[in-house]
Amino acid sequence: MEALKITGAILTLIGSVFIFLGGLGLVRMPDLFNRIQTGTKASTLGTILSLAGLALINEGWIWKILIIIVFVIITNPVSSNVIARAAHHRGVKLTSKTVTDMLEEEAPVLNKEEEAGQ
Amino acid sequence: MVDTILLMAAIFMLMGLLLSLYRFIKGPDITDRVISFDVMTIISVCLIAVIAHFAGRIIYLDVALVYGLLSFISVVVIGRYIERGL
Repeated sequence: MEALKITGAILTLIGSVFIFLGGLGLVRMPDLFNRIQTGTKASTLGTILSLAGLALINEGWIWKILIIIVFVIITNPVSSNVIARAAHHRGVKLTSKTVTDMLEEEAPVLNKEEEAGQ
Repeated sequence: MVDTILLMAAIFMLMGLLLSLYRFIKGPDITDRVISFDVMTIISVCLIAVIAHFAGRIIYLDVALVYGLLSFISVVVIGRYIERGL
């Protein structure tokens, strides 16, 4: 039983390291979209790992922690997708190392419609 | 032993929170600030769960769940507002 608790604690520590790397990528990345990638993906994995470790440590917490984990898995990519679409339609500049941009045909059309509407 | 490792984990989470707070203050655009706000609330959910372990109360997990729900709704609403107005 003690070994299970120590395993859960180490799992929580690994998850917190992923969360720290997400915060570090949020500071160091050159572009908004790279910041979205590092921030939301790394912190989603870190959240899952650390909550699973806490469920191993404390008996009886497994169902509530499972609800939080499923909620994070569903909502986190949705919110990052909404912000990325909004930023691209707003015209945030990409970094100079960008290789491909799949949305670049769609954005000027939307701007034209807005101008025609006004 | 378990409490020591969890304290180290909480310190790592606090360092991540401070780094995203730096981006929240410095960020050149509103979308940078929204993304760093999102990451800060995700880190806060983990931190509330660790605090629930230290306090020994399962009721704090409900607080974490409601906190994540409110942050998701606010981020989606702000994204819609940035994209096409109210």
